[in-house]
Amino acid sequence: MNPASQIIPLFVSIALAGAFLTSILGKRFKRLPDMIGTVTTFLLLWLSLKAVATVARQGTMIYSVGAWKPPIGIAMVMDSLTSFMLVTVNLVAFTIALFSIDYMKRFTSKWKFYTLFLLMLGGMNGVIVTGDIFNMFVFLEIAFVASCALVAFGTEKQELEAAFKYAIMGTVGSLFILLGIVFLYSFTSTLNMADMANILAGKGTPNIVLMVSVLFIMGFGLKAALVPFHAWLPDAHPSAPAPISAMLSGVLIKSLGVYALVRIFYNVLGMTPFILDVLLVLGALSMVVGVFLAIGQWDLKRLLAYHSISQIGYVVLGIGLGTPLGILGGLFHLFNHSVFKSLLFLNSGSVEYATGTRDLQKMGGLAQKMPVTGTTNLVASMSIAGIPPFNGFWSKFIIIIAAVEAGRFWYAFWAVLASLLTLASFMKVMKYAFLGSLKEKWNKVKEVPIFMQTSTIILALICVMGGLLLWPGVREIFLMPATDAVYNGLGYSASVLQNIF
Amino acid sequence: MSKEHEKGMSVIVKTITRLTVGLILLYGIYILTHGHVSPGGGFAGGVIIALSFVHLMLAYGKEVALEKLPKGVTSFFESLGALLFLGIALLGFTGGYFFLNFISKGQPFHLFSAGIIPLCNIAISLKVGAGLFAIFVALVLLKFDSEGKE
Amino acid sequence: MIIYVLCLILFCVGLYCVLRKRNIIKIIVGIIIAEYAVNLFFILVAYRQEGRSPIYSSTEQIVNMVDALPQAVVLTAIVIGLATTALLVALAMRIYEKYGTFDITKIRELKG
Repeated sequence: MNPASQIIPLFVSIALAGAFLTSILGKRFKRLPDMIGTVTTFLLLWLSLKAVATVARQGTMIYSVGAWKPPIGIAMVMDSLTSFMLVTVNLVAFTIALFSIDYMKRFTSKWKFYTLFLLMLGGMNGVIVTGDIFNMFVFLEIAFVASCALVAFGTEKQELEAAFKYAIMGTVGSLFILLGIVFLYSFTSTLNMADMANILAGKGTPNIVLMVSVLFIMGFGLKAALVPFHAWLPDAHPSAPAPISAMLSGVLIKSLGVYALVRIFYNVLGMTPFILDVLLVLGALSMVVGVFLAIGQWDLKRLLAYHSISQIGYVVLGIGLGTPLGILGGLFHLFNHSVFKSLLFLNSGSVEYATGTRDLQKMGGLAQKMPVTGTTNLVASMSIAGIPPFNGFWSKFIIIIAAVEAGRFWYAFWAVLASLLTLASFMKVMKYAFLGSLKEKWNKVKEVPIFMQTSTIILALICVMGGLLLWPGVREIFLMPATDAVYNGLGYSASVLQNIF
Repeated sequence: MSKEHEKGMSVIVKTITRLTVGLILLYGIYILTHGHVSPGGGFAGGVIIALSFVHLMLAYGKEVALEKLPKGVTSFFESLGALLFLGIALLGFTGGYFFLNFISKGQPFHLFSAGIIPLCNIAISLKVGAGLFAIFVALVLLKFDSEGKE
Repeated sequence: MIIYVLCLILFCVGLYCVLRKRNIIKIIVGIIIAEYAVNLFFILVAYRQEGRSPIYSSTEQIVNMVDALPQAVVLTAIVIGLATTALLVALAMRIYEKYGTFDITKIRELKG
């Protein structure tokens, strides 16, 4: 057995152990939930960076839980797409755990927040790491139920209504996913993803695989907030407390929605041109509809939520192109969006912490009193609008070039148009919130406390240096292996089944 | 005497409850410990154990039930069950694999066999039983708060 | 064959309740019905001809069993359904406390 593969189960077990320890001990010691949250997420971040290095050296690692060999037992698979997603999720989770040390002081029971937060993180890590399709569904439900409880955390009127809508729609989405899993099991008699890919390649694609594809697009599209299924996002993401909004927009819709779509469609079911066209259309629709609906918004967090829909449209557009350059652009934009969207939501949380309002028309000139927040918000706005040399520019550029190269000129046109409208929208945010003259009632605001500043500065530095991930030496470790793992398609099953120990 | 009749249900229900609650708890523990021999196991046993406490609360009113099993203890048992399960899984690392069945397996159909499965059943039943009872307590107490305000 | 179609009709009945009913509790009941329909469908898929229940016995010889894997899977899915139902009911009770009504056409503060 490969001794390096023993870190794979730790991703789930450390997060769950942290969650339940906080639940027992958090009531008695006041600072303990903060410490457990920060230490746990830092440990997970360090492990995920180690995993990237190990996979780059050794290739795909398999871990059979309980020594039961797949396809009988559950297998945990660590290939390069997995390690890429793990770094994304745990990096954002670490900075958000730092941010919530000071931000969550307003809520009375901090230990409940950290318990649910670590449960959600454990669920997301589980979705990414597992190689068994029903295990993925179980972890998806864990993360989803924890996130519903977190959206309703403040128990005000609007938060409860938003959490209820999110819960009902998300549960219907999960039911569609479960129905798809049932049909797949009845067709292939196995639940292991690699084995399923083998059997499906042998049996061809009769109508049942088409029906399963449609069910999965509906179910996972609802989790990822693609356009016909996006109606829960503008209500749920603003109503949550700011670190949870950052977590939801930053990583949850990507880990539960986009990653699962990519894994199942590229590696298990086999990508057909029909599904690629469907993903392209849905991605382009999300891009355009999201940004058009965002222009008229005056509530800061609701505007950011609509922009989330638009940027996820970019990612799905990149993935739906099907060429290696398109997939590279899509995955790179996924990483970038996690970083700069979390930064934008954390800054909106800082503004709300200092001024108490989310309405753009009431703010003005805050950059004079809150220099750190103003600067990091400028960095994040330029990233999302796609201004060089920040990281958003590189990923959007790659997606547009890939679209032109694949001959899809209309999609490239819509991508450029959405990018320009995003730029206009964020000019508005910067002008109304940070620049301009200071209104009298904001004379007393101060900069936010030290942990909130630290976490936003870390994310802003990654935004600035993100373009370096395309440098020829670095990209062979991080981005290109992930693209190869996706583009390899049905080779996933061969690489898994040969590495069993 | 008359105060006892104000809370909870009628005398007939209270008498039968006093007789059967212990039996329900015992039946739940039986299903739990024989989980590897006959159908049942951790989840089903835990649900029946929780039902015995819920039965007590329905028949006698919430003060009596909360005296037997206060909210803090319920919350503690729930997390303890989860941590025990995680601990058993991590102990599998001594045999080399996460979640390995490292205790000797014995003969089939005997009570002390099948390695770690009975221990896992006990941990799961703690979590499920305490969790279900906690959900019920939370819903009952919440209703009282909103009615108390009006 | 007719059994599977009836099961999927039950799923559609549950979805209809989620879409068309106005009371929050009825929407939750619709989700519960749809969840049970999917679990039932999974168990029906596992049937094998002339099979008996997949339980070992020390006294008799067993030749044919139905498929045992969906039984474990459906057990997990039932627990997940229980957790989701508990969450939805707790949210519904909190909404009643704040809004004073169970009618979803009147619970519409978030717009735009």
